[in-house]
Amino acid sequence: MTDLTLNHWIVAPIILPALLAPIIVLAMRHDLFLQRVFSIAGTLALLAIAIGLTVQAAGGPPQSYELGNWDAPFGIVMVLDRLSALMVLLTGVLALVVVSYATASGWDRRGRHFHALFQFQLMGVCGAFLTGDLFNLFVFFEVLLIASYGLMLHGGGAKRTRAGVQYVAVNLVGSTLFLIAVGALYGVTGTLNMADMAVRAAQVPAADQAIFQTAGVLLLIVFAIKAATVPVQFWLPGAYANAPGPVAALFAIMTKVGAYAILRVYTLVFGAAAGDAAWLAADWLLPAALITLAVGMVGVLGAKGLVRLVCFAVIGSMGTLMIAIALFTPQATTAALYYLLHSTFAAAALFLLVDQVVARRRAAGDRIETAPRFLHLGLFAALFFAGAIGMAGMPPLSGFVGKLLVLDAAAAVPQMGLIWAVVLITSLICIVGFARAGSTIFWKADSLAPPSDQDQRAAAPSQPAPSLAVGAVSAMVVGMAALTLFAGPITGYLDATAAQLYEPAGYIRAVLGPDALAGR
Amino acid sequence: MEALVASGVGAMTAAGVYLILRARSFPVIVGLAMLSYAVNVFLFATGRLALDLPPVISKSAEAYTDPLPQALVLTAIVISFGMTAVIVVLALRAYLESGDDAVDIGATDSESADPPPDDPGDPPGEKEGAGR
Repeated sequence: MTDLTLNHWIVAPIILPALLAPIIVLAMRHDLFLQRVFSIAGTLALLAIAIGLTVQAAGGPPQSYELGNWDAPFGIVMVLDRLSALMVLLTGVLALVVVSYATASGWDRRGRHFHALFQFQLMGVCGAFLTGDLFNLFVFFEVLLIASYGLMLHGGGAKRTRAGVQYVAVNLVGSTLFLIAVGALYGVTGTLNMADMAVRAAQVPAADQAIFQTAGVLLLIVFAIKAATVPVQFWLPGAYANAPGPVAALFAIMTKVGAYAILRVYTLVFGAAAGDAAWLAADWLLPAALITLAVGMVGVLGAKGLVRLVCFAVIGSMGTLMIAIALFTPQATTAALYYLLHSTFAAAALFLLVDQVVARRRAAGDRIETAPRFLHLGLFAALFFAGAIGMAGMPPLSGFVGKLLVLDAAAAVPQMGLIWAVVLITSLICIVGFARAGSTIFWKADSLAPPSDQDQRAAAPSQPAPSLAVGAVSAMVVGMAALTLFAGPITGYLDATAAQLYEPAGYIRAVLGPDALAGR
Repeated sequence: MEALVASGVGAMTAAGVYLILRARSFPVIVGLAMLSYAVNVFLFATGRLALDLPPVISKSAEAYTDPLPQALVLTAIVISFGMTAVIVVLALRAYLESGDDAVDIGATDSESADPPPDDPGDPPGEKEGAGR
């Protein structure tokens, strides 16, 4: 498969932030303005590359890029198919919104090196989406985690640092499990290349099946930690609630990295062709996903703070996403991918919005209790309403379409009754939780005596300018509206993506060459 | 030899898990270090245990030992060493800032980590002096 017409753009989403971040640290660490310009320009370029890659991926079969021109499976490959292109595109969109918000709200001034860490984070996320090698996936997980430790601690403070210790400890345990799983898979199959492993999975001897399947389930736990799925979801509220607002919004893509990894590995390596280990994840994932959804939405109802409420809503949305993934049918995967796009936008919109609200409520912070009204209350109430109906899955935003697709896909499986009951009841709980928080914070604040004009004028200059920051929140809401409006073409692309996932031969041929499956 | 290596990995993992479940940051960090040692030995063993064999194909030796796990272990050591340093510094800072080395965050979970940004005398915009 060595040829000179390699598509170098495939590696660009990794190279670009990887080069930009050190330049930001080394050459412009004293100049915040330059950092902002370069960081936003870099993110725009990433988005442009992602759009180009998505167009390419939509037009043809998967393509692989051999780093250093080492033949697969000996070298490391990057693979561009519809799924990885879609995820990189989603990363680009989210990153642009988050970096604009961080700049507009002044969050990037509250500590050092925000933009450099941000670019390193993008490098890790894009790398995890594009890589075709299991150990390389581990390395990119570490890259995105190390950057996320820095971002999570951005701004400092005793509470955030303590939450940071927890977050780092949980992820170090996750990395340890990842290494054990990868080591065991290598010991059994003798390869780390995912396409090669998919070929060899069918030939694992009966004596090694126990190790092979144990490693597969360990790997599932690792990805479940990233995706905040029960029973390893407990770290998320503490970490996200104490992270800076824009960072929490960016972390909306981190849970999706876990979801992506599950989709990739468990359709490719442990897919239909894996013999005894086929569809290994399905039995474990579905009950876990149902409980995740219930835990998340009950948490929404019980949360005492607005940020934690959004955190639990994120856990609940990961539950819905995992239900769709766990069915492992092309139709359900289409629904999962649609819901994945939607829930990323919804979570980011809510985190950014809540950050604005908390900054404006002063002493009341994010506690769900009545406080004096603040400037532009109506605007924030409207945005919260939009974010909440998106997250809860009410029409007209994309959460409704997403849940409808999930329910429709679940109609074809034996567990339909259970899935429908859990999804519908938790949606109601979620609506009640958001309605309670929204009415306490926005509606009842309205009924208190409004501060006099003089007070408002005195307060106005010290409050962050709403224009661009609110624009970032609105962009996410518009994103949800666009997902609804263009649901037809988008599900068309996602249908083809799901079809590609359940036809792994195309992926394997792209990596190992046209003769890879001749022996089968 | 296999039994010795396997029980070594098992003992280190058990000690690591036990220490991670402690409530204070120092035992947790030592536990994480233990786990990473266990993983490194385990990774090394995934290439099968071989005595006196070079990691390259050589005419003077009758066989070779798999070099890939050794490269993986090297990567894993570098990452886990760096991460141990990060969490040590982080735990120290958390201890100095809050006067408590418990890993648990405690009952004040619902409070925001940030003071209101426009508290008198502490404008966050100026505090760091634009990153200078």
